[in-house]
Amino acid sequence: MLEQLINWFPEWARPFIMPMLTIAIVLQVNLGVCSYLILLERKLSAWMQDRIGPNRVGPWGLLQPVADMLKLLLKEDVIPGHVNKFLYVLAPGISVFTTMLAFAVVPFGPVPRNLSATDGQFPFIIAPGVDLGLVFIFAVTSLAVYGIILGGWASNNKYSALGAMRASAQVVSYEIPLGMSVVGLALLTGSMSIEKILLHQADAGILGWNIWFQPLACVIFFAAAMAEAQRLPFDLSECEQELVGGWHTEYSAMKWGLFFLGEYTHVITISFLTSILFFGGWHFPWIAEPESQYLGSTLVKVLVLLMKSFAFIIVIQMLRWTIPRFRFDQLMGLAWKVLIPLATLNVICVMIVKQFHLNQWWLLPMSAALFLGAGLIGTQSSRPFARRTVEPVAEAHGHHAHAH
Amino acid sequence: MPINPKDIEWVEEPSMNFWESTYLPAVFDGLRTTGQHVADFHPVTEFYPEQKPDLPSHYRGVHRLNRDDKGRVKCVACMMCATACPAHCIDIVAQDAPKDDPHWADRDKFPKSFVIDELKCIYCGMCEEACPVDSIELTNIFDLTGMSRQEMMFDKEKLLSVFDQTKDSAHNPVRTHKGKLGHASDFTNLHTLGPATTVRADDRSAKANSAGVIE
Ligand code: SF4
Ligand code: SF4
Repeated sequence: MLEQLINWFPEWARPFIMPMLTIAIVLQVNLGVCSYLILLERKLSAWMQDRIGPNRVGPWGLLQPVADMLKLLLKEDVIPGHVNKFLYVLAPGISVFTTMLAFAVVPFGPVPRNLSATDGQFPFIIAPGVDLGLVFIFAVTSLAVYGIILGGWASNNKYSALGAMRASAQVVSYEIPLGMSVVGLALLTGSMSIEKILLHQADAGILGWNIWFQPLACVIFFAAAMAEAQRLPFDLSECEQELVGGWHTEYSAMKWGLFFLGEYTHVITISFLTSILFFGGWHFPWIAEPESQYLGSTLVKVLVLLMKSFAFIIVIQMLRWTIPRFRFDQLMGLAWKVLIPLATLNVICVMIVKQFHLNQWWLLPMSAALFLGAGLIGTQSSRPFARRTVEPVAEAHGHHAHAH
Repeated sequence: MPINPKDIEWVEEPSMNFWESTYLPAVFDGLRTTGQHVADFHPVTEFYPEQKPDLPSHYRGVHRLNRDDKGRVKCVACMMCATACPAHCIDIVAQDAPKDDPHWADRDKFPKSFVIDELKCIYCGMCEEACPVDSIELTNIFDLTGMSRQEMMFDKEKLLSVFDQTKDSAHNPVRTHKGKLGHASDFTNLHTLGPATTVRADDRSAKANSAGVIE
C-alpha cells in the first residue's frame, strides 16, 4: 500500500515521501503524547501527595490537556517592553527545534535492515542510517541550552539571567559524563549508530542487553541526561522557589508552552535512548526477537519499545516528585567529582576488556566494583564543613548566666 | 524568657554510612515511599463547591453584630473594637439611647451607624477580643462576594442580618453569654480567663522546663 502511494508521486519526489510521512507522524504523536504526559505527571504527583489531581474537564480529567492547550493558545501573548524582541521570540523556537531534531535519529520501532527510501517500507526512524547517531544527539541536545541562555538573557531580568547562567554551567558539566557514559557502548558495539547498537543487542538476546555489561554507565547516562533536560532534581535553572521561574520568568502563553513542549520532548528522547541503548530497544525474549515474523510482530516490537520507554518516563516523573533539588555546589560536585571520574574509569574498563579479549561478563563485576569504590571514597572523604562540637550543658549554662 | 539550656538539644547531621554515600539506596527508598502512596491511595481532597469544608467553630470569617435578649443590637458603641482594629476598617457613629423610650430604658448608647469594610479587614479577630459586651463576633462564613466595593461595606443592618442567619447554626454558636449584654456589663459574675487553647497534661509541651518549648 505504501509502495503504491510512493509510486503515485513523480520520480524526483519519491525519496521524500517516507521521511515526510514519518516526520508528520512523529510530530503529531509527539505533540499529543507531550500534552498527555503533562496530565500524567499532574495525576501522578497528585496520587503521591494523596490528592486527586485534575478531574473536572472530561471523565477523570482526560480532556484537561485540551483545555490547557486552548488556554495557552488563547492567552494574551505578552512581550514585555524591556526585552530583546528578536532573541526573546527566537528562544522558545530553538528549545523545541533542537529537542525535536534530536529525535530524528532515534528509532521508534524495528528499523528494517535493508532500508531504501522508495520501496515502501516504513522506516520507523526519521533519518535512517546516520552512523554518528550518538554524537548527533549529544551535539543537538546540547544546543538546546542556547534556547535557555538566549531566553534568559533576552528577558533582561535578573532571575532569568541567573537561571540561564546556572543552566549553561550545568549543561556544560553534564555534557561530559553524558558523552563518556556511552563511549563504552560504542566500543562494545563497534558503532556509533543507534540502530546498530539496538540490533547488536537484539541479535545477542536478553543476555546481550547492554545493561548487563554497562550498568554503571546506564546510571550515569540516566542521571546526566536528566540534568541535560533540566528535570528535577536537576532543575536549578527554573527553581521556582528561589528564581521565580528561572529563565522563563518573562514568558507567557504559547511561548512558555513551547519551552515545556521542548522539555517533555527531551524527556521522551531520554527515555527512548535509555531503553534503546541499555535495554535492548524493541527486543524482548520470545515475543519480539529479530527473527520473529508472525503477523503483527512489527506492531508488537513497536509496543515493546514504547512500553520500555514509558516505564522510564514514569521513573523520571516519579523521581521528580521524590527527590529534593540539589544545591548548586552539590550539583557541580556530582558531575565533576563523581560522574566524570566514574564514566572515565568505566571507559577504561571497557578498553581493558576489549584490548585483552577478556570475556565481556567481566564488565559486570568491574562496574559493581567501581560503584562500590565510589561509595567507599564517599564515606571516607572529609566533609566540606567541620562538624560542630557540642558544648557540655553545664558550660552552656554558665555562658547564659554571663550573657545576662 | 531565656530558654533553659536543658531544653536545647544540638542536632548534628549524622555521618553517612557506606550505602548512604552511594546515594542510590536512598533514591530507591524515596521511590518506595512515593510509590506506596500511589499504590495505597487515600486522597484527602475535598470537592469544594459540592462539599463544604467542616470549619472549626473558631474560624474567623465575616463579622456579625449580636442581638441581646430584647432583639436590640448588643453593641454599646464603646469604640473599643474600632480602636483595637489594626486595619482601621470599623467606622462607628454613636447615639444616645432615647431616654423616654421604655425599649431602650436600660441602655445609654447604641450605634447609629456601624460599618465594617470587609475588604480592608484582615480577619484578625481583634475586634471580637476587644468588645466588652460580646457584641461583635466573627462567623464561619468565608465565601462572601460582591459586585462592587460599596457592597462590601457591611452596615449595621447587614451585620445584624448575618447574626440572624448564623445564630442557630451548629458551626456558629453565639460564643458567650447568649442573650445577655456580656460579662463586662454584669460585674457580679466575671468569667475566669484561661489560655485560649488548653494543653493536655500528656502533651510534650506541658513537660518542658521552660514554657512553650517542645522537647
Ligand atoms: S477582624 Fe481585625 S481587621 Fe477585621 S474588623 Fe476586626 S479587628 Fe479589624
Ligand atoms: S467593642 Fe463591641 S460594644 Fe464596643 S463599639 Fe465595638 S461592637 Fe460595639
